[in-house]
Amino acid sequence: MALIEIKNASMGYEGKTVLSDINLKINEGDYVCIVGENGSGKTTLMKCLLGLMSVQGGSISYGDGLKQCEIGYLPQQTVLQKDFPASVSEVVLSGCLNKKHTLFYSKEQKETAAKNMVLTGIYQLRKKCFRELSGGQRQRVLLARALCATHKLLILDEPVTGLDPKASSDMYSLIKNLNKNGITIIMVSHDITASVNNASKILHLSKNTYFYGTAHQYLHSDIGRKFMITDCPCDDCRHNHRGGALQ
Amino acid sequence: MIEMLAEMFSYNFIIRAFIVGLLVSLCASLLGVTLVLKRYSMIGDGLSHVGFGALAVAASLNLAPLEVAVPVIIIAAFLLLRLSENSKINGDAAIAIISSTSLAIGVVCVSVSGVNTDLNSYLFGSILATTNADAIMCAVLALVVIVVFVIFYNKIFAVTFDESFSKATGLKTGAYNTVIALLTALTIVIGMRIMGTLLISALIIFPALSSMRICKKFKSVILCSGVLSVCCFFVGMCASYSLDTPAGASVVIVNAAVFLIFLIIEAIRTKISKANELS
Repeated sequence: MALIEIKNASMGYEGKTVLSDINLKINEGDYVCIVGENGSGKTTLMKCLLGLMSVQGGSISYGDGLKQCEIGYLPQQTVLQKDFPASVSEVVLSGCLNKKHTLFYSKEQKETAAKNMVLTGIYQLRKKCFRELSGGQRQRVLLARALCATHKLLILDEPVTGLDPKASSDMYSLIKNLNKNGITIIMVSHDITASVNNASKILHLSKNTYFYGTAHQYLHSDIGRKFMITDCPCDDCRHNHRGGALQ
Repeated sequence: MIEMLAEMFSYNFIIRAFIVGLLVSLCASLLGVTLVLKRYSMIGDGLSHVGFGALAVAASLNLAPLEVAVPVIIIAAFLLLRLSENSKINGDAAIAIISSTSLAIGVVCVSVSGVNTDLNSYLFGSILATTNADAIMCAVLALVVIVVFVIFYNKIFAVTFDESFSKATGLKTGAYNTVIALLTALTIVIGMRIMGTLLISALIIFPALSSMRICKKFKSVILCSGVLSVCCFFVGMCASYSLDTPAGASVVIVNAAVFLIFLIIEAIRTKISKANELS
């Protein structure tokens, strides 16, 4: 059974329907990038997957023993967090709250947090103040927090926005590694080149229509060709998409 | 100095004022951190004005003041938090409307019924006139606020830091926001009796803001804020006794002075760390 199955779903907000008749399955181990123009419904779809919004019609079901509250989420940073006094370990630990409802953090939860801080390479920063970190470091802190909440599925909302090229590529390779270790990734992204290079599947949302398939299929589809500025990087392709063979 | 303290604490009504005041300062400072960080600072101010309206209406109808004020303020707290969540209505505008309307209702009620002797004590508090029954009620409510805050500490942190993450990972954010609203309402009610409608929001905002200048962890901000608030209350009350100034206002002035000092400390600190980076 698929990890997530969306059936005939329509979604929207404030009475408007943004997406309709969406049917797709996301399997365990997939790396799905959601792309599309502004206003095409990427964020709406993501909020429905997270349970922050409910679908207007159809259904979203979770399989393989995945509970709705076991989804790790990396949101975009809010204005409020810019001057929030909190240490890195306090932020990461707060990701553990969905597991057990104890009064204070247990030893087990502290170990999970430490493990995830090591995994994202921020363990040495654990006593630092969150607001004094660089953008890339903050994203890794929030990623570690998301990992505390899940060991199956991560949903990332434009994780490299505002990061410099080095920090972005570090972030992408970190995510790729997590995916290799068996965590399913769903990522909303504006960075179409990086999406095609990293993801196993692309979901392109557009007005009244959508495309869902592998990165390779996407590059050869009409919708993908219009949206893509660079060529398909995969080894099978020896041709240029705007006509003519590669030199 | 010691003589003065001994003289002060020989009066029963002063001891009562101290106990109630210290508990309320502690409550206000704990909640203040959350409210300031959630950008809800003005809610305290708005609620206290609603409380003034409720107290004035209760006084002119000859009802028990606290029994009317508590439910009214709790309802107003829910309304204000809901309004702030709704992006269509501007949160601070809503607070301004509600607070000035209830202030107006209160003033009209007081002048129509002619009980204006109490007006001053509602606006500026009457900590030294606290009765035994009032003191017990305030102490119980304050203890409830502190215990509930400690129990939900981790969840309150999560909801304050990132509401959408908490909601997405299955925390009942609505319930915790309700808890925060309820605690705020209770703190305002008990604080209003002693600090007055006009000054209670200072007790909520100042300690949190001061400790945010120098602390870098959420836990240390909370602890520092609690300690600061209690100390400022103590110093303010002593000053008020020896200089014969109004109690509530003196406490607020001490809080403001501490905030100024912490602001300067922060400025010096950033200068030093910048100089270190350059060299």
